[in-house]
Amino acid sequence: MSQLKTKHLLGIKNLSSEEIELIFETADNFKDVLNRPIKKVPSLRDVTVANVFFENSTRTRLSFELAEKRLSADVVNFSSASSSVKKGETLLDTVNNILAMKVDMVVMRHSSPGAPHFLSKHIDANIINAGDGTHEHPTQALLDTFSIRERTGDVAGKKVVIVGDILHSRVALSNIFALQKLGAEVMVCGPATLLPKHIAELGVKVELDIRKALEWCDVANVLRIQLERQKMRYFPSLREYSLYYGINKQLLESLDKEIVIMHPGPINRGVELTSDVADSEHAIILDQVENGVAIRMAVLYLLAGVKA
Amino acid sequence: MQKRLLFNSKLLQITISRLCQHLIENHGNFDNTVILGMQPRGIYLAERIRKELEKVLDIKMELGYLDTTFHRDDFRRRDHPITPNQTKVPFLIEDKKVILIDDVLYTGRSVRAALDAMTMFGRPEKVELLVLIDRMYSRDIPVAADYIGRKVNTMPSQRVLVELVEQGKKDNIWLMNEAE
Repeated sequence: MSQLKTKHLLGIKNLSSEEIELIFETADNFKDVLNRPIKKVPSLRDVTVANVFFENSTRTRLSFELAEKRLSADVVNFSSASSSVKKGETLLDTVNNILAMKVDMVVMRHSSPGAPHFLSKHIDANIINAGDGTHEHPTQALLDTFSIRERTGDVAGKKVVIVGDILHSRVALSNIFALQKLGAEVMVCGPATLLPKHIAELGVKVELDIRKALEWCDVANVLRIQLERQKMRYFPSLREYSLYYGINKQLLESLDKEIVIMHPGPINRGVELTSDVADSEHAIILDQVENGVAIRMAVLYLLAGVKA
Repeated sequence: MQKRLLFNSKLLQITISRLCQHLIENHGNFDNTVILGMQPRGIYLAERIRKELEKVLDIKMELGYLDTTFHRDDFRRRDHPITPNQTKVPFLIEDKKVILIDDVLYTGRSVRAALDAMTMFGRPEKVELLVLIDRMYSRDIPVAADYIGRKVNTMPSQRVLVELVEQGKKDNIWLMNEAE
């Protein structure tokens, strides 16, 4: 396989495992480029990319922007806080106006699930979903599984637990799809109020006890508690959450094996992870960030490379 | 489909030896010269040339693999993107003489991309091009090889098929008539 079947990356759900492998193999080459003294290649030099962020982001946006610049694309940034969205412009109008300025690709984050899917039906440019509400965050899942592959050799056959706020997490859903497509076993673990009701129907194990979950897994992907999305209180206090679901050094050392700790960031230190875990050799959190640029370069390259 | 044999195993070996003698004439004992094989198939030829040179001169030579995919000028103009290969250049080419090696020279566009790609590793003192087969009169841009295994007059509809032991086949290089 040498190309993706779709012209947009909207989610992991519709990708095949061969397509994910193609993205990984391409990302391997870009990772190599990123480790050279000159970290830039000219592939996308006649491509213009708009990063359209209707929701806050530091890491993802920076990572996309770097990936675009390393590929020599022209980049324009847009954030809703300082835009005409506040004046009542619709999503489609906003994006059509951006496209009228001859933009070829749109990287979009939006708080409504399905927003990039809607857009893909109405406009010509390639769309990359950088997170749509609580739905999907495909590039995060790709970089997470890519990091697991890098650290442990292969994703297939690994046991991965996703810990924390599964209910509000687009990272969790995309990760579940990606891990399952690549042949990993997936478990979710968190307080019952933060687990979606029918999550087991996706074929994942469900565990409420963090110790049991860690004893089972090879890799733990620990999510942030997304206070900004929680419209009611799902647990009594952060202190109580960290007491029952926080991962600390003691807990890790009491396991009879070494597990890999991942976190998509930003970390709430002392809540889901203590500092001594986040900074330990078990954690591959900064590798994830590094791999993020290579993965996003691969996605941009593969989507942009098809004849317009 | 008609095909004509351009190289068999024996002729290939003779040609590689001749090219190596020619290289030695110009580069002496290769103190300041490195070789770069172009991905995907130029690397096999480059490996063979290195082996031959090391045997004849009794030295160790530096060899890099150069992938030109990200520097090509036909990105977004093809039906699908080219799958990249590994670039492995474990040395700097700053002020070195570089011998760029590929199997077939056709339009010259890959060579242009390679010249671009190698600037990532420094500014070479001089670059020379070695190819096994030169498809004459078919250049899109002004590129010429310094060392040539064999010149072949071809039509655009024809294709050169390179089969090498390294790819799990017998050493044979064919000129194929695609259209028939």
